[in-house]
Amino acid sequence: MSKIIASAAIRGAHKIITRVEKKYKEVLEKYGPNQEIGFPDTAYYLPIIYGITGIPVKTLGDCQRVLRRCREILPPAVKEQHHLPYLAPALDAGMATLWVEEIEEAIRYLEHPDFYLRGEEVTDNNIWLGAADDVIMRKRGVEFVDGTAPGFAAILGAPPSEEIAAKIAHELQLKNLYVFMGSDNNGVRMSEQLVKAGVQIGWNTRLVSFGPNVNAAVFALGFATRAAMSFGGAKPGDFRKVLIYNKDRIFAFVLAMGFVSDEWYANAAGAINYGFPVIADTPIPEVLPTGICTYEHVISNVPYEEMVQKAIEVRGLKVAVTEVPIPLAYGAAFEGERVRGADIHLECGGGRSQMTEFSEMKNMNEVEDGKVELFGPDITDVPAGSRIPLGIYVMVAGRQMQEDFLPILERQIHHLINYAQGLMHIGQRDVAWIRIAKQAVEKGFTLKDLGKILHSMYHKDFGAILDKVQVQIYTEEDKVKELTQKARHTFTIRDERIAGMTDETEETYYSCTLCQSFAPSHVCVVTPERTGLCGAYNWLDCKASKEINPTGPNQPIQKGEVIDARLGKWNGVNDFLARASRGNVLEASAYSIMVTPMTSCGCFECIAAVLDQCNGVMTVDRDSSIDTPCGMKFTSLAGQVGGGKVTPGFVGHSKHYITSKKFINAEGGIKRLVWLPKALKETLRDKINARAKELGIENFADMIADETVGITQEEILPWLKEKGHPALSMESIMNV
Amino acid sequence: MADEMKKTKEEKVNSLLTVCEASQEMIEKAKADGVSLIFDRAEAMKPCPIGVEGSCCRTCAMGPCRLPAPKKKAEGEEKKRVGVCGATIETITARNFVRMIAGGSASHSDHGRGVAEVFLLAAKGEIPGYGVKDVPKLLQLALDFGIDIEDMEIEEIAIKVGELAGAEWGKQEGGLVMMKRAPLKRQEIWRKYDLIPRGIDREIVELMHRTHMGVDQDYKNLIAQGSRAALADGWGGSMLATELQDILFGTPVPIKGSINLGVLKEDEINIIVHGHDPLLSEMVVVATQEPDMIAFAKSKGAKGINLAGMCCTANEILMRHGIPIAGNFLQQELAIVTGVIDAMVVDVQCEMQSIHDVAQCYHTEIITTSPKAKISGARHIQFEEHNPLETAKEIVRAAIENFPKRTSKIKIPGQKCDTVVGFAHETINYLLGGMFRASYKPLNDNIIGGRIRGIAGVVGCNNARTVHDQAHLTLIKELIKNDVIVLSTGCSAMACGKAGLLLPEAAAQYAGSGLAEVCEAVGIPPVLHMGSCVDNSRILIAATAVVKEGGLGDDISDLPAAGCAPEWMSEKAVAIGQYFVASGVYTIFGTTFPTVGCDVLTEYLFKGLEQEVGGMWDFATDPIEMAKKMITHIDKKRKALGIDKARERVLYDMAMRRELEAV
Repeated sequence: MSKIIASAAIRGAHKIITRVEKKYKEVLEKYGPNQEIGFPDTAYYLPIIYGITGIPVKTLGDCQRVLRRCREILPPAVKEQHHLPYLAPALDAGMATLWVEEIEEAIRYLEHPDFYLRGEEVTDNNIWLGAADDVIMRKRGVEFVDGTAPGFAAILGAPPSEEIAAKIAHELQLKNLYVFMGSDNNGVRMSEQLVKAGVQIGWNTRLVSFGPNVNAAVFALGFATRAAMSFGGAKPGDFRKVLIYNKDRIFAFVLAMGFVSDEWYANAAGAINYGFPVIADTPIPEVLPTGICTYEHVISNVPYEEMVQKAIEVRGLKVAVTEVPIPLAYGAAFEGERVRGADIHLECGGGRSQMTEFSEMKNMNEVEDGKVELFGPDITDVPAGSRIPLGIYVMVAGRQMQEDFLPILERQIHHLINYAQGLMHIGQRDVAWIRIAKQAVEKGFTLKDLGKILHSMYHKDFGAILDKVQVQIYTEEDKVKELTQKARHTFTIRDERIAGMTDETEETYYSCTLCQSFAPSHVCVVTPERTGLCGAYNWLDCKASKEINPTGPNQPIQKGEVIDARLGKWNGVNDFLARASRGNVLEASAYSIMVTPMTSCGCFECIAAVLDQCNGVMTVDRDSSIDTPCGMKFTSLAGQVGGGKVTPGFVGHSKHYITSKKFINAEGGIKRLVWLPKALKETLRDKINARAKELGIENFADMIADETVGITQEEILPWLKEKGHPALSMESIMNV
Repeated sequence: MADEMKKTKEEKVNSLLTVCEASQEMIEKAKADGVSLIFDRAEAMKPCPIGVEGSCCRTCAMGPCRLPAPKKKAEGEEKKRVGVCGATIETITARNFVRMIAGGSASHSDHGRGVAEVFLLAAKGEIPGYGVKDVPKLLQLALDFGIDIEDMEIEEIAIKVGELAGAEWGKQEGGLVMMKRAPLKRQEIWRKYDLIPRGIDREIVELMHRTHMGVDQDYKNLIAQGSRAALADGWGGSMLATELQDILFGTPVPIKGSINLGVLKEDEINIIVHGHDPLLSEMVVVATQEPDMIAFAKSKGAKGINLAGMCCTANEILMRHGIPIAGNFLQQELAIVTGVIDAMVVDVQCEMQSIHDVAQCYHTEIITTSPKAKISGARHIQFEEHNPLETAKEIVRAAIENFPKRTSKIKIPGQKCDTVVGFAHETINYLLGGMFRASYKPLNDNIIGGRIRGIAGVVGCNNARTVHDQAHLTLIKELIKNDVIVLSTGCSAMACGKAGLLLPEAAAQYAGSGLAEVCEAVGIPPVLHMGSCVDNSRILIAATAVVKEGGLGDDISDLPAAGCAPEWMSEKAVAIGQYFVASGVYTIFGTTFPTVGCDVLTEYLFKGLEQEVGGMWDFATDPIEMAKKMITHIDKKRKALGIDKARERVLYDMAMRRELEAV
């Protein structure tokens, strides 16, 4: 820390802490110490305070302790001459700053509950998103885990013009980074600049307008703190782990644009604690020696055109930028962008016309690589607002290609098309749906570009298994119909094949250690009947992934001798777990929730928990924010179970796994399921009933309680009895 | 005109004695006052030419046997030099050398024993005013001693720690507990060469036995025992002294101080605490601040009470309370020459008997306080360990009563310099990352990255045979100019303080650009004052912390680091040097080396030891040459670590992140 920076940061901390103390006193007088405060829908209280100090701030009174600690660690001002060492005090002051700003924001939520929006999207009247709730944090956090988002840029201030703002935001999006925006530069805010420039902001486009002033930094750092707790297994109060986790695994940095005030310096010092460096456009002093951050701590006077490049270099981040030969920007950040109403130029599928995506494997000589043909009218041939049918037919060939890989390739089409700016894709197979924006057409997009996307991205991502890709696009009704019929026939055959595979018939399972970037001791064991707990990887995916990347996160596991068939324990699996978890996990049961269940990373779609009074289990999915009969919401459960731990009585799993024959088979399978969130139950209703029917139970979904029945065991037990739920007459789950 | 010429000549002569201007001024005043100083005696009496090279054996009454090296060595056929009993020159120089270690190790360790005894009394609540000040450090030490601290009260833990620590001195087997703090590889090396001390006292007693007439007559075996006795000091007596003092009086944190004779005040009572032991001086600090003492001082016409330190007692109270320092070892007589010292209170070690004679020329009262260290003719007020405040007050009263007796021969040099001090191991750890990210990582990182070339420990005494402070300052300036960060203790640190090297501003002025950048980032001086000479154990702990942080090898001997005592004179310095060498550090001494009479032994110490323990001795008289030798060693280690080349920036993708170990 240079002396100028440290002095300013400490000065800034003094100002902010004094301001918040004053505000706190007023609010305390008005509301009293028992007034509840906090950020909406989170199990992490005020997350920085909770993560770093372990103090759960629930009421105004709880803040007292935190404010006292802030005063204790707030260092005196740096002397002009013969000063004492200032790096450590400045970092401490930065942390204290973050704590009081969280308190200030919590007070804002109390006094002005509508100041910030709820959810992911901005509205016409309000663009301030405020603290991310746990549903957003998990959903987005998973992207940090799997690498679709390597990190985030926390923006302080604003560049001098809307054009530059849009350009920087766009460049960050192209690098797949989230952009967390706060504070102003002479009253100008980057979030507002982007809106004026016509850029779509909100969580969906990764351009997150957290808040209007510098305090918004705590929303970004609070997000990072929660990631360490929910994905990294850091315990609240284990500040060292929280911070080092962020330094090593969340590639974030601060872009400071405009005059750097004392308050900015104080917040930046807070960020440096997390290993997040600061890149400034103004000629402030630089701090080049390394240590707290991976590389430099403060870099200054960076021209706008170099800022993003410089930032990722200083942060030590390697970003693979996707080059696709189409006239649209392309990258993960554009995946969530919406195309709506008057913006739509062309819509295909979605119930109003047929849209089908289908891929087939051909011999090498049957495929002409790179050839894209369009049969029927192009987008430029139809007026804006048109709806026409669409077929995308992909032919692939390759020496390593296998029939089994086709569904995987097909499933990629959704996000590969979505990555293009101005394109919105939903669904897959014969229920695909696409919207193409006018802006895309203006940039020169034609339907053949869909084929070009698939050609180049298939080669990039699957080059190890395929050599040639040819695409045909159909927009003529009869051609689409013909393709759809052919496709449906193949889909049925494929589905039967995968449905016929069992854990017993396969000798090789696959590991998934993708999440070790976030949960270092976690190892998923994926079997034909047990998908990865994130729901994204089934056995076939892993098999293909192994072909594509032989040394990657999906490795074959020879299951070896059966140790216990009921629990799902094999000696080969255990050996592998011990090695891959670096000795942290020595054994696991694939089919049990009670006896050494599998580890859970943090990106599980659902968590099952034992309900002892009901003699069964409940499960809750990531999209639910409701209370559950085990006494915890999904997000609290995730905190308990995540981070690569083995927690008997709890297990993370995919939605799909609920209807697998192996779902908690050791405890009696799906018959133990006594509670589900209503929405999830309805989604799975048919499959649940079908699976239960195999076990001789009719309409089992109607025997499973949901939140409309109750959210405590006491509430649902009489109902279960009334319905004659089979779990009640089974052996005690605690003895299994 | 003639007078002026004489004066210029005198100034020139004085500058050959010391580079410290305040000292030059006082040497001049002493001459005018007709006072004999150490500088005069050194001029009048040359060192014994046989003793200086370690070639004199006086362990029995058949000698002393004098075995000087022949002036002109005949090629290849040097006459075998043996004593009357047949002891070879190798045996004799080795015996002399390790006996110096025994003397030094005994001094530090006996100081440590005193601390341990007081600690236990304090833990039991038997010393008013003393108690546990640093609880985390107490708990850490308790864990080191394997105490199950759960469900124990702090008082109980302190008593248990006091008992177990005290037992380390009389221990007969099992090895010293503190050795386990060293890097694992270092412990293996010690085990391999059987160097782990069994108990602190035992190794010194055994060393004295082995060096008796007709016992151990194999120089390598003698040096091994020297290592044991030295390690018993560095990782035993000294380390425990530091740890227990920190627990009792607080671990130093950065604090501003000032140094040199200019800190003395003409219109106040000036009390100097001099020696090495903080046990009493801690209470003198308190006593001088008591209102009744200040009132008493005023009643005698003084404006207040000015406490200042000398030698390592000074370092102790400077590091913990910011009490100013009057000067280092060679300034103890000069302080009295100012004529304003009303009492000089001494405890143990490095107190020249001559201060009593110098004091006779002024009004200064020399007060001895330790039953172990009396000076004929001086007043003795014994440190009463059950009530140190009372002893301290008695001393302060004596000083105040002496104030009116000041003579007219008063002159206080204007020189004094501010310092920023207080760099304990724990403090450095904090300073490099703050409360939440404390670690040595930034230090290691910048060593690996090359901003910092290496670490030097520059320690030790002043020596009247060489220009006061000159070697310290020349050497240290050369080191920091070459981006080597300097950890300093004892009189060396004081020399730095006087020259402004302990100020953060010194980084921009003296340090190379890489080191200066790191100093600017952390806000530290390029030379870190780590305490008194007993606190050299802090350097061992810091070196261990650097090893454990990772990236710089797995042993102290892998580090790009070197040690030096350019103006050494005491046996303690030899003990310190040997424990650094035996801990894997390249250690170079200046002024003189006590084995130069025997090439075989010297060769073993300078080269052979490296093969065994990783560290070795070296010797040079020119401070620039010393610095170059240290830097050469540092570069050798950098090369071995593969960090001699520029480091490439590694950019991480997700796959690389997965490879990272969990925190």
